[in-house]
Amino acid sequence: MKYADEFRDKEIALGLSKAIRAEAAPQRSYRFMEFCGGHTHAISRYGLEDMLPKNVRMIHGPGCPVCVLPAGRIDMAIRLAMRPDIILCVYGDLMRVPGSQGASLLKAKARGADIRMVYSTIDALGIAEENPAREVVFFAIGFETTTPPTAVMIRLAEKKQLSNFSVFCNHVLTPPAMQNILESPDIRNIGRVEIDGFVGPAHVSTIIGTAPYEFFAEEFGKPVVISGFEPLDMMQAILMLVRQVNEHRHEVENQYSRAVTRDGNLRAKEEVSDIFELRDQFEWRGLGQVPYSGLKLKLGYARYDAEVRFKMNELRVDDNPACECGAILRGVKKPVDCKLFGTVCTPETPMGSCMVSSEGACAAHWTYGRFRDHQQRRAS
Amino acid sequence: MKAYQRKLDIRNGCVDLSHGSGGRAMARLISGLFHEAFGNEWLARGNDQSAFDVPAGRMVMTTDGYVVSPLFFPGGNIGSLAVHGTVNDIAMAGARPLYLSASFIIEEGFRFSDLKAIAESMGEAARAAGVHIITGDTKVVERGKADGLFISTAGVGVVPDGLDLSAEKARVGDRVLISGTLGDHGVAIMSKRQNLAFETEIVSDSASLHDLVAKMVAAGGKGIRLMRDPTRGGLAATLNEVAQQSDLGFGLQEESIPVKPGVAAACELLGLDPLHVANEGKLVAVVAPEVADTVLAAMRAHPLGRDAADIGEAVADDHHFVQMATTFGGGRIVDWLSGEQLPRIC
Repeated sequence: MKYADEFRDKEIALGLSKAIRAEAAPQRSYRFMEFCGGHTHAISRYGLEDMLPKNVRMIHGPGCPVCVLPAGRIDMAIRLAMRPDIILCVYGDLMRVPGSQGASLLKAKARGADIRMVYSTIDALGIAEENPAREVVFFAIGFETTTPPTAVMIRLAEKKQLSNFSVFCNHVLTPPAMQNILESPDIRNIGRVEIDGFVGPAHVSTIIGTAPYEFFAEEFGKPVVISGFEPLDMMQAILMLVRQVNEHRHEVENQYSRAVTRDGNLRAKEEVSDIFELRDQFEWRGLGQVPYSGLKLKLGYARYDAEVRFKMNELRVDDNPACECGAILRGVKKPVDCKLFGTVCTPETPMGSCMVSSEGACAAHWTYGRFRDHQQRRAS
Repeated sequence: MKAYQRKLDIRNGCVDLSHGSGGRAMARLISGLFHEAFGNEWLARGNDQSAFDVPAGRMVMTTDGYVVSPLFFPGGNIGSLAVHGTVNDIAMAGARPLYLSASFIIEEGFRFSDLKAIAESMGEAARAAGVHIITGDTKVVERGKADGLFISTAGVGVVPDGLDLSAEKARVGDRVLISGTLGDHGVAIMSKRQNLAFETEIVSDSASLHDLVAKMVAAGGKGIRLMRDPTRGGLAATLNEVAQQSDLGFGLQEESIPVKPGVAAACELLGLDPLHVANEGKLVAVVAPEVADTVLAAMRAHPLGRDAADIGEAVADDHHFVQMATTFGGGRIVDWLSGEQLPRIC
């Protein structure tokens, strides 16, 4: 496949693997967090772990918007979707995300809720135009990458004077979550978070640019390398992180320079800031309340805000107390350290955020990597 | 005096509730449309069942339902798919398919012209496969109670003497062969889904595999342990199923697995794994290592096996993992698909 296979070349990968082995100091360990689910998926799908030396360990971060959506927000969406006047438009991977007591949008659909799976925001607008007598709500989720399309959709709805269209906004922001991983008060209960550097987001950074990470790298003294989602991108980014650590640097470096600039996509950022504003805090499954990490529609666009329009009450649901997602997301524990992993919590019946989508740390390990646990057990 | 029988208005007409009521309208639909398309001596006798002679030896029987959406897709339609799918289920036992049944659940308002096109491609697929559709049924349900048309089938076939393909026959060291590129059917269907439509030249691989199977059996004999057609859930589901049933694991080489560039690109775009995407004209065979090359050569000599490949081997594994060395150089599990990738693919 043109323009993809070039970034999956085995020979170049082996070269990078050799370089990492040669440059990683054997007497120390390197723990790098890849923030994005897309990176987690690439690591698992291409078997990157096998190409890294034992002392370079990847910690899978919370960067999967489906995974971190809290159960309460799913419950809110289900409650809304059960109203007979509502058509709820969602991305397919949200359908199985667990709400409270085993509820999900998939089950709500089976019970009669009119929930439509869409592949783009434009599809949702089309449904609103085709159903003028119904209220069409788009379940908006995602990081900085998916927020501009939601903004464009609201603009279009305005232009088309659609009065039956609104958005249930669950857009979240990357930098506050990265910060939360290192400094949230919960950390006292979890243990020491030891992360030597971050593989920074790919698609998110095409929008926000590399500049927002500069404060983070400076403040916390952690190197950040923005990396593309292809496996060779990842290998190169890991090598760049190893070098920064070895040289005691903590800078923001851009491996993904074919798509990311320092300032990002100005037009997209402008659209977003015209329509959205920060929430004081937003709940993340696995991380809890994270200050200034979520977006909502500005007052001027309240008519497109489903939470206002349908007077939706905020619902809060506690995560399962045995779930170790908070510790796993910070790299303090591994999926196998959780009592729920692979027993009651599997990709078919996910309990915690890390199991919800294939980009979560636990689901990726379960789906692609669990044979390594047995190999290790056999070896020991 | 013979009652005047009005002919079906195939071009403009559509099915209404009277076509399922057992009256004259139904008789007209059956004789005017289905008999015409399937044309054989058994249907012509018009009995509630069909009698046929049973050959000596072992027989296999299978049943299947077809709810594919859309009904017409690049490379076929629900009718040809129903014949191919049923024939393939029989063929995976190494058997020669003989007779099929077909039952139609039709939604009120379904156009005669579409029904005729579907029935004709069923008839064509059956004739091409050398099988006969010898009994059937027609039901009509109210508008909104079925999405156009559902077809359910059954089929019987006869197994060559001494052949007994089954998962528990697989042994460590057996080779895994597939008959061609993966994911064509699933991607062809997805490209036509209403809210997913994208442009691709990929057509469904829907095809009857019994002739390919016969050639493989002739080449490999009892060295063939088992065959499966990797439909829903793709190759991943099929091999995981076989691993469980045979109490083994599998080790695959990703670079040996053939996937068309168009399928790979569509999967990349949609976030799917070609190993999870459905096929309707492919088979996977587990064969003894000593016959692997002979069987593979026989497959490649057949038009439906041109791209056949040896993709890995059976290994001892208490956990029944299907593992794969990736083209990139690492290792991973090929797990079952979790959840629903795409409903109503067949």
